[in-house]
Amino acid sequence: MITANAVTKRYPEGHEALKNVSFEITAGEMVFLTGHSGAGKSTLFKLLAAIERPTSGSIVINGQNLAALRRNAIPYLRRKLGIIFQDQKLLFDRSVLDNVLLPLSIVGHPAKDAPRRAQAALAKVGLPNREKAFPITLSGGEQQRLAIARAVVNRPAIILADEPTANLDTESATEILEIFRAFQQVGVTVLIATHDPLILARLKPRILRLDKGEMSEHGPALPAGDDTP
Amino acid sequence: MSTWLGHHLAALRDALRRLAAAPLGTLLSLLVIGVALTLPTAGWLAIENLRSLAGDTPGVQQISIFLSLDAGPREVAEIESRLKDAAPGSARFVPRAEALARLREAEGMADIIGSLPKNPLPDAFVVTPADSQPESLERLAEAFAAWPKVAHVQLDSAWVKRLDAILRLGRLVVILLAVLFAGALVTITFNTIRLQILAQAAEIEVAKLIGATDSYIQRPLHYFGLLQGALGGLCAALLVAAGIHLLTPAVAELARLYGGGFTLRGLSAEAIGALAASGGALGWLGAKISALIHLRRVR
Repeated sequence: MITANAVTKRYPEGHEALKNVSFEITAGEMVFLTGHSGAGKSTLFKLLAAIERPTSGSIVINGQNLAALRRNAIPYLRRKLGIIFQDQKLLFDRSVLDNVLLPLSIVGHPAKDAPRRAQAALAKVGLPNREKAFPITLSGGEQQRLAIARAVVNRPAIILADEPTANLDTESATEILEIFRAFQQVGVTVLIATHDPLILARLKPRILRLDKGEMSEHGPALPAGDDTP
Repeated sequence: MSTWLGHHLAALRDALRRLAAAPLGTLLSLLVIGVALTLPTAGWLAIENLRSLAGDTPGVQQISIFLSLDAGPREVAEIESRLKDAAPGSARFVPRAEALARLREAEGMADIIGSLPKNPLPDAFVVTPADSQPESLERLAEAFAAWPKVAHVQLDSAWVKRLDAILRLGRLVVILLAVLFAGALVTITFNTIRLQILAQAAEIEVAKLIGATDSYIQRPLHYFGLLQGALGGLCAALLVAAGIHLLTPAVAELARLYGGGFTLRGLSAEAIGALAASGGALGWLGAKISALIHLRRVR
């Protein structure tokens, strides 16, 4: 689903944010990307969302090589991704429902059906009956749910979430992770960047670790008694 | 197809919503555009009115041929037949007796004419050519002057030409004004769209990040410019109509003093439509340029 091959990202001022990074994520996998801040997590996210292009190497998402993507094809790639940004990027001058309607409007979803679809997305992330509220009145966890609802309303095959549990208490963080798990269970590929050791220790998932731009891979630490690879 | 239509309807709704969301700002923009379009429109209308006034004035496009005093009926018949062959249009013979009789009717002239020993007026023809272009009038007059027993040919072309030149100059001034204020309209729209983009930078950024195409983002801005320009055009039509309403009594009074029945002509429905259409087109252009330049900064 996502294949990175020898990806290097060098910024004009000479800083090398990613060095020869390769990995593969198959469809339906849930993978965590971790590392200290400044290790290259955000850079990798920007490359995956085609916000920036790699200096060398290739990234193939769903059969499309991002390095060779024409500028006017980028929007159509992004529509296949459900992106949850680190700073969420909610629109605070619009209601909760209008925030979730935006992606539907962008793809030209029939206006008659759109509210129903948006409400379904809000219900799925556990945020029903808050449609008319404004994001500013929501708690941190609720704002994160709203960001997820907006990312999934177009039913993307891939979810990219950048630090979705940052600034959340453990209980809210756990609930948010449960939402991602529910999407993975219906076949969505999920890539979550986090540096929260608690989550990693508890879930024991497959981990891609970035350290100063270099990647090392850690297979799922198998729980005791479980011998499946 | 229906997606395309849906996108356009949504963009139009969005543009209307933005216009309505800031009524004061919208009103001010419309007024500025309206005033900018009023000047060339009023100038054009003034010239149209002058032209219709000139066209209605009799005697302007006539040529008078005065024969010499010794011309007899034979010569008159000769000229008459030549006129029939040469000049397309109508010609009227004014015998010298009739000319004198008419002069006598004029106020204060009877005594003077009574004191004259004999009729000093010649026979004359008044020609109204079908082709009233100043150049062709001139050509005709030259031809008439060469005929036998023609003493004098009078063409009122001097002031026809002057008026024509003035109207042409006026039209040029109006065109220059129109170009100038068209530029102003494009600039005004350019700036309002720039402000719109600044105000919605967050929204535009998010939309782009989640897969909005450039046209999805630009469409409402284009509609905004189009609507603002078209409404500004209608605003100008309203201002011009108000101006005509204010001027009409004074013009009617002036026309009455000159013994004419001239009334100011206002804007036709077609002219109002053209005003709104060109306002809309210019607004769209300003919005398009502004969106191209300012959206490049939002990635």
